Amino acid sequence: MGHEASCWGLGAGYWALGARIVTLIAAMTVAGHALAPGTGAQQQPTRIVSLVPSATEMLFAMGAGPRVAAVSSYDRFPPEVEPLPRVGALVDPDVERILSLRPDLVIAYASQTDLLAQLRRAGIPVYSYRHGSLADIASGMRGLGTRIGVPAEAERAAAALERGLAEVRASVAGRPRPRTLLVIGREPQSLRALSVSGGFGFLHDLLDLAGGDNVFGDVKRESMMVATETILAKQPDVILELHYSDSASRETEARERDVWALLPGVPAVRNGRVRLLYGGELVVPGPRVVLTARAFARALR
Amino acid sequence: MTDVRRRLTAAILAFGSLAFVSVLAAPLIGTTPISLRRVFDGSIPFADNVDAQIFFIARLPRALAGAAVGATLAAAGVVFQALLRNPLATPFTLGVSAGAALGAMLAITLRLHLSLWGVSAVTAASFIGSLGAVAIVYAMARARHRGFSTNILLLAGVTLNAFFSALILFVQYLADSAEALRTMRWLMGDLDIAGYGPLLAALPLCAVAFVAFAWLPRPLNLLSLDTDAAASRGVDVLRVQRVAFFSASMATGAAVSLGGPIGFIGIIVPHLVRLIVGADHRVVLPASALFGAAFLVAADVVARTAMAPVELPVGIITALVGGPFFLWLLVRQR
Repeated sequence: MGHEASCWGLGAGYWALGARIVTLIAAMTVAGHALAPGTGAQQQPTRIVSLVPSATEMLFAMGAGPRVAAVSSYDRFPPEVEPLPRVGALVDPDVERILSLRPDLVIAYASQTDLLAQLRRAGIPVYSYRHGSLADIASGMRGLGTRIGVPAEAERAAAALERGLAEVRASVAGRPRPRTLLVIGREPQSLRALSVSGGFGFLHDLLDLAGGDNVFGDVKRESMMVATETILAKQPDVILELHYSDSASRETEARERDVWALLPGVPAVRNGRVRLLYGGELVVPGPRVVLTARAFARALR
Repeated sequence: MTDVRRRLTAAILAFGSLAFVSVLAAPLIGTTPISLRRVFDGSIPFADNVDAQIFFIARLPRALAGAAVGATLAAAGVVFQALLRNPLATPFTLGVSAGAALGAMLAITLRLHLSLWGVSAVTAASFIGSLGAVAIVYAMARARHRGFSTNILLLAGVTLNAFFSALILFVQYLADSAEALRTMRWLMGDLDIAGYGPLLAALPLCAVAFVAFAWLPRPLNLLSLDTDAAASRGVDVLRVQRVAFFSASMATGAAVSLGGPIGFIGIIVPHLVRLIVGADHRVVLPASALFGAAFLVAADVVARTAMAPVELPVGIITALVGGPFFLWLLVRQR
């Protein structure tokens, strides 16, 4: 019986892991974030630990960068975070490390309930995150600024963000809105495991703002896997494909673009309107969404 | 003898037409209505003929891949059950799929932007991974035994499965979220191969395995009862075991690298077929291959239509059908 049972061990492990990852992804990726105030002491924090890359960027944008004491293992921007200590991320926060840094504010995802409870027990003020849309980024900045005692600077940064987005929106006003497929992931060198943006989330909102009509805008999901058949049926005019590395060699980029030649009948492919965008900012729903909006608008032109 | 031939003919006719009909019907079914007349209308240029594109680029390769993977996994299941003399053995019992999965996970997390012989790095790496697992298990089975110990084979396979899944978890844990999602998606099985390249790469390997399978049924009949009895009847036991092990493993590796580790096909199909045609491998093996093809093609139709436009992983469908069936089989066996 030993072998019979264990030959399924692998399968069971996969499913359990799968379920866990689904929860995690649902909790963290491609969503805008809105900040929700946590509990704790309300004096001005000076040693902030941020487990949320977009919150880190917001802190720097509102001039509170020098107060950031540590960041998550995914933080890469702004360059000032480079020398800062790393305290894990969504899945693997290093509680010991966080405690040893003696922070007076920890910013964590709302879904990190165990971590938040541990920190509260240790008497450390926490600020927890929740998801939202593109519009929630600016309001999240204002909330965070109020919490750390710099409401005026936060207002300035949030207003700049809103102004930047409004400029992009104005620049595409009156232009034709191409039907656009927004690809957020696939297997390199093939069209397998195609993951696309549905009609929710900050990426969908950015596409809409930059003048593209999401071909999957009617699907009330942030991201989903679709079959090639669906793409053939949707006939997008433009394919926007996001790559989260900062850059790629011209050769790699060309090779990845050429993969779409498998679907020669799609208007975007036929008319050479498959656009690959590279950049770490594409996944971070923070102040740099203005850059993403501009890049989207350029790619749709 | 004539009785076997009659049953074989009947089984091939019945299961063959089932497989044939499912492969023919599957490209006609989908979320986008297409007209068959338009698909084959030569007067419309292919680039403008969306119906033809959906038929030839999206659906037909999928149906053919489903048939190839289903037939291969079902036939490999029959061979492994006989080789290991264990009715609950599957094509994945000896670690082939775990090796393939580890290869695929590494290719995904290392972001290999390569393509080899028209297949992506993920597909190639998963096939290489499956070969690695086969080599390790075979070396183990030969190491302390002059013959070919099926017990050691089983234990080595099970241990390798556990060890590889630990490595897979480790690789996934280090991957970032987008990659982790893709690795998870790979593990659920996917037949949307978008074009014929991956299929053409896998088919020669499957074909070689099926040539070996054609030779196997008679010795497997004897072997599945008792190796000593088989030897006394003139069967070269070691040779049969070796051919069975390598052909079934290679076929499984090719199928998994094409469609991912789609579960339960290799166990449900052989058992269902045995319930219908009896235990003679001369009938069970070809009938399972044909029924496996029909079953997976049908499951994939459900996978791509049930929640459209969201694509369901086909492995979820086969597991939803296969899990309860497997439990029923366990209860019934006692």
